[in-house]
Amino acid sequence: MSEQGRRDVRLSSAAAVRLVAGRELTTRLRSKAYRVITLVLVVLVVGFALVMQAVTGSKAPDRIGFLPSAGGLSTVVQAAAGRSGQDVQRVRVQDAAAGRRQVADGRLEALVTGVHGQRVQVVVEKNLDDTLKGALQAAAAQSALDAQITRLGGDPAQVGIAVAKARVHVDALQPPQRFDPQRLAVGSIAGILIYLALIATGQGVAQGVVEEKSSRVVELLLATIRPWQLMAGKVIGIGLVGLLQVVVVGVAGALAGQLSGALDLSFSTTFGAVAWLVVWFVLGFTLYSLVFAGLGALVSRQEDLGGATAPAMMFLIIGYVVGISVLPAAPDNTAVAAMSLVPVFSPTLMPMRLAMGAVPLWQTLLSLALAVAFVPLLVGLAGRLYRNGVVRTGAKVSLRAALRG
Amino acid sequence: MGGTSGGAALEIDRISKRYGDLVALDRMSFAIGAGEIFGFVGSNGAGKTTTMRIALGVLEADSGEVRWAGHPVDFETRRRIGYMPEERGLYPKMKVGEQLVYLARLHGLDRATAIGRTRAWTERLGVAARLDDEVEKLSLGNQQRVQLASALVHDAEVLILDEPFSGLDPVAVEVMGEVLAERARERVPVLFSSHQLDLVQRICHRVGIVQAGRMVACGTVDELRGGGPELVVVDVPAAAPGWSRSVPGVQVVHEEGSRLVLQLDPGLDDQVVLRAAQEAGPVSEFARYRPPLTELFRHVVKGEA
Repeated sequence: MSEQGRRDVRLSSAAAVRLVAGRELTTRLRSKAYRVITLVLVVLVVGFALVMQAVTGSKAPDRIGFLPSAGGLSTVVQAAAGRSGQDVQRVRVQDAAAGRRQVADGRLEALVTGVHGQRVQVVVEKNLDDTLKGALQAAAAQSALDAQITRLGGDPAQVGIAVAKARVHVDALQPPQRFDPQRLAVGSIAGILIYLALIATGQGVAQGVVEEKSSRVVELLLATIRPWQLMAGKVIGIGLVGLLQVVVVGVAGALAGQLSGALDLSFSTTFGAVAWLVVWFVLGFTLYSLVFAGLGALVSRQEDLGGATAPAMMFLIIGYVVGISVLPAAPDNTAVAAMSLVPVFSPTLMPMRLAMGAVPLWQTLLSLALAVAFVPLLVGLAGRLYRNGVVRTGAKVSLRAALRG
Repeated sequence: MGGTSGGAALEIDRISKRYGDLVALDRMSFAIGAGEIFGFVGSNGAGKTTTMRIALGVLEADSGEVRWAGHPVDFETRRRIGYMPEERGLYPKMKVGEQLVYLARLHGLDRATAIGRTRAWTERLGVAARLDDEVEKLSLGNQQRVQLASALVHDAEVLILDEPFSGLDPVAVEVMGEVLAERARERVPVLFSSHQLDLVQRICHRVGIVQAGRMVACGTVDELRGGGPELVVVDVPAAAPGWSRSVPGVQVVHEEGSRLVLQLDPGLDDQVVLRAAQEAGPVSEFARYRPPLTELFRHVVKGEA
């Protein structure tokens, strides 16, 4: 073909990376597996929020009936129940027979029929709820005490005020962190989510690399673009797909928790946890996907992938398992805090700790800085593995051979 | 035919490649002219695929150079080469049309042109109806057609095809052959490897036979076929067996009933042989014998081994 008839076939690096990333995006977003998994995760987090709400949320107050003979107890019972966090609605019942019928058909939780000396008589359908029993017990004790105080010539009301004023003042030299159980739950969920997302996207990258190797399409691709362009495009494309999933699931869970009332955390706390989740997904994905791409390039068959990616998987799993088994019970564990600063563990541990709260600022910044500083190191390492492994088909390329080139 | 006019377009110049102790290529050299179809034959492991991968830049040579139009093939010029790897090189789960457009764009075409070329080539190769199907759903023959389309879709200015005919039905072989001839008429140099020697003989302008990483014979089919000792085939059904032994300067190289293939000593006039045959009895066949490529190949490879 004549020289002047030649078309321009130059392709900038940015254009090459964009083309590769675009292909990953469209094929993956279209895949049924991706959509189903995203939907299942959304259903799981939203469902979890709703179940939590149903279990712990406000429920109708217990209705307690009082016969006129026990009327004096009603305020004491309500106060005692309130102290143990139980909401009680007092119901005046005129005669014992009607009250018993109401207990039998469930309209009343319990019927207090009277006080005989220090004994409080209660009618229930089957058994008395423990908290309620405690409240009644306290009420009985209180009325016995009041009777004694009166007999000794004192004023039960004044004694009550004096007792209420008595306090222990604690002066802790090292005040313990108080962790909100809800934040612990949010942190655990964040940990599970980021772990699943990193595993799924990391494996996605490795499988994508092997797919290109095993189908030999990589030969066609590398005749037109450079290995690093192919690797970068693949990682960016799959990363964006994973990021979308994390954002969708995280926001859906946070919204469900807030709107249903399952979480009584502030919006900024909940969405702060989601934001940290996203930040650490991006960092964690960058760290791990590069390694997964490099390791994936060492094998030519999907069957060999498990063994090749095991070293990277191990670090992911260790971080997650340590986090999920230690942090919910001991969120301020020093060893885990130290571990969470190490780049290979920080992507799984930091979002959990940050969601649970009380991470010193310097730890947050240090872990971010270390993770970011680790990226160029891994780019070099993974790029080397990838470049040396990707065109060698057949037997597994040993790690050492790939590193040596 | 003879596209050799216009000088060498693609030159493979003394490329060598070793894998540890194994010598895969040993100063492999040949050149293909613009518009020339060059057939690359040799046993498995002889170095055909390695040569092609080095020409494509997928593999690096230890030494030697690949030039196109006088310049070393570099990263940018490589995009002008259409390549068909030995094994299928397509995403199995990607749709035919999208895949071809993607590959065309990686070769530097803009989107609109890529779509146009994809449509044109799939129609030409008879797979246009499958544009929206995933590659893995196609028959092997059709996958092969898509594979060829992927090598052609960016208007390749050089074609390097590894075993393009394997796995094709006779109709597809015909289409593939036509397409290669058509590209050659457009002055595209075409290099392809094959084990189907009758096919190579039919459609190639020139042939190279590779043995243990080296080019052991290279030339037009006629040159190769005519290059050996002079052979004649002669059939004298009524002659006494062994009649040819009395003719000086003649050896029997092949015998099939009364039909003999004779090798003539250099300088011996074949008319002498004809007269001797006529004396032996009525001659039903007498002709110059030109061995098919298959036989040459066997001869060359055996001779070298």
